[in-house]
Amino acid sequence: MKSRVDSAQAAAPGQIGFVRRCLFSTDHKVIGIQYFFLALFAVLIGIVLSLFMRFHLVWPAAHLSWIPWLSGGLMTPEQYLALVTMHGTLMVFFVLTVAPQSAFGNYFLPLQIGAPEMAFPRLNMLSFWLTFVALLVMLAAFVVPGGAPISGWTAYTPLSSVGSVAGPGEGLGQTLWIASIGIFCIASLLGALNFISTTIDMRAPGMTLMRMPLTVWAWFVTAILSLLAFAVLLAAAILLLLDRSAGTSFFTPAGIVLSGQLQPHAGGSPLLWEHLFWFFGHPEVYIAILPGMGVTSHVLANFSRKPVFGYKAMAITLCAIGFLGFLVWGHHMFVSGMSPYSSIAFSLLTMSIGVPSAIKTCNWLGTIWHGKLQLKSPMLFSLGFVSVFVTGGLSGLFLAQPALDNMLHGTYYVVAHFHLIMGVAAIFGIFAATYLWFPKMFGRAMNERLGQIHFWLTFVGAYCIFMPMHFIGIEGGIRRYSDYTGANYLAALQPLHRFSTIAAFATAAAQLIFLFNLFWSLRKGAPASANPWNATTLEWATPSPPPRDNFGAWKPAVYRGPYEYSVPGAAADFIPQHLSPADLEAAGAD
Amino acid sequence: MAIGTLPNRSIGHGRHAGHDGRGAGAGGDHPSGDTPGGAIVPPRAYVTGITVALGAVLMFFMALVSAYIVRRDMPLSGWLPLAVFPRILWLDTLLLLASSFTLSRARRLLLAGRDSGFRFWWKITAGLGIAFLAGQLIAWRELAAAGVYLATNPSSSFFFVFTATHGLHILGGIAALLWVMFRRPRRLGLATATEVAAIYWHFMDGIWLFLFSLLLFAKA
Repeated sequence: MKSRVDSAQAAAPGQIGFVRRCLFSTDHKVIGIQYFFLALFAVLIGIVLSLFMRFHLVWPAAHLSWIPWLSGGLMTPEQYLALVTMHGTLMVFFVLTVAPQSAFGNYFLPLQIGAPEMAFPRLNMLSFWLTFVALLVMLAAFVVPGGAPISGWTAYTPLSSVGSVAGPGEGLGQTLWIASIGIFCIASLLGALNFISTTIDMRAPGMTLMRMPLTVWAWFVTAILSLLAFAVLLAAAILLLLDRSAGTSFFTPAGIVLSGQLQPHAGGSPLLWEHLFWFFGHPEVYIAILPGMGVTSHVLANFSRKPVFGYKAMAITLCAIGFLGFLVWGHHMFVSGMSPYSSIAFSLLTMSIGVPSAIKTCNWLGTIWHGKLQLKSPMLFSLGFVSVFVTGGLSGLFLAQPALDNMLHGTYYVVAHFHLIMGVAAIFGIFAATYLWFPKMFGRAMNERLGQIHFWLTFVGAYCIFMPMHFIGIEGGIRRYSDYTGANYLAALQPLHRFSTIAAFATAAAQLIFLFNLFWSLRKGAPASANPWNATTLEWATPSPPPRDNFGAWKPAVYRGPYEYSVPGAAADFIPQHLSPADLEAAGAD
Repeated sequence: MAIGTLPNRSIGHGRHAGHDGRGAGAGGDHPSGDTPGGAIVPPRAYVTGITVALGAVLMFFMALVSAYIVRRDMPLSGWLPLAVFPRILWLDTLLLLASSFTLSRARRLLLAGRDSGFRFWWKITAGLGIAFLAGQLIAWRELAAAGVYLATNPSSSFFFVFTATHGLHILGGIAALLWVMFRRPRRLGLATATEVAAIYWHFMDGIWLFLFSLLLFAKA
């Protein structure tokens, strides 16, 4: 009987201490918010790192004597590479993986399927705190002797596998990097397990698969990708760690002489690391972008007051992109010395992803076609998502050709491509989600005018940063170098770099508007109603913010699809999923 | 996973209908202090959870195995077969196979309501698991005595990686067996808890058979 008393106490919110309510909470909503702020913290560091890089590229000889870790105020090439590595790692793992999936997925997946909680709340809490530890371990790499690793977010061997002899940051810094990624893998696996089980077994009565919001579909498919991909990265990370610390030769070939020392490895294969890494790395790209696709579909319908065009096709193409994502990792390795025959196979498979992607794009356009468009901040960012998805996706078709990739692979063309499709598009998805769901999460509205200004500055700014990089790349502007002023043909591209850098600083400054809006609205925003956007899905059927058990005494049941907007003959231009036919009749009679 | 086989629930007849057998409102069977009283997880979620988790485990070992195959068959790989193949691995394999049978027997007895028999065979299973791990340690010592260590050759590197990662999974399995035995899980019930443990245990048994035959095949 003791447990009955326990749960009775749990129902009264005031009796749980601060630590268990806000810190070590098993509430999926609290955990979602924790993930959100973790990602926000990581993205701010990532942006600052990128600004240092952009500044250095344009003014490599500038003396920044006020920065203590630059000797004489000058940045060394190794320090630049450390910035490249940490920017990429923080952004890919701790921002693009955490924010769309772990943050918003955690908060809204149970709400949208009408569940009171995730299937395994304590695993969920463990997963967040492991991610937190992983972030601390990663950031610790900055302050250890030698500093952060220089081998890029892909940690290519043998640079990453032979230890500090390979350069500053390749000692303890690289070891911390691998440890952090290992912890992150375990956290992501636990999260994925929770998402999948929750989606399969915790849906409310009537919430069939084909009535799930497309956001839920996206989180579900993403969780499957996470589950399969992070397990492989974990195995690869263990082998890499052994090469570094136990003297094995999984990835390290024989005969490497560094600083006059012959390395004690034999017969390992750097190509093997690349295969294992990219078997994770390519699905990881979709882990970052699929939730953004889900949010975009969701928002476009809501703010066009129209059903999603081709709902079933949208769900199927999410699965198709997820499936194909596991078959194309080789397109990151066209210049690795891999067999050209495999290149052809990887090339064809890569281009075939264009088909589901094009279906999605057409369906997004079909959704807004002749809609009653309401250009609020979430809608603007979703339209922006479609725009950068198309722009970044088209350059992908060029890079998918092995012959063209041979020429473009080491250039800024690739930097432009992956930043637009993976970075900017995913970030736009995150912004759309933030503006859409902020009222639900915090019970207050964000400032709409500031949101609009934020969108236009970010949208124009992002294109100004990354469009010139296409031209730099086509002209042969190589990437990963810290100083281009020494070679004449590269120095001639400096005006483009300068434009890109100025745009980067301006766009970063525009994010201050977002930060101000976020924190100001948290305390001073106008109180939000339960359903401020007149939306149909279940998260809007409960108060803002929702109670601890999401729906209180009400056990939600679902009677229709997720996007019934502007149904002919209906009283309102939206019919929530939970309205029964009897409720509807009653509403019509009023 | 066949999506078509997922349960499609029928619609209740009103807003408050359709508790869907998850015992909502009963609430008492929930030991965690800060989980809402009505939030009862259906038992099948635990079965789904372990099945999904094993998908990740499978990918983990498949990554290691594919690395093994690629690394072994590379030109200039420097690959030498293990200097000694510990014969105790045969005994270990038999122990682990036997543990799957004792586990099944324990579960049958539990479902038949014969609690003491269940406890007996469940403990035997955990004992066999511990014996397996002890045997793996003996195999490691045998290799070390012959001068074969982790970094001696890629073949020994993979041998130690396979046995260590698999052993860690078995260790987790033993912890789960003992937890079910002595803590008597309240939240998911004994039937579900033993089912979850059994799925995991049989799977890790199968992974071992696969790894063992891989090592055996490489020896020949």
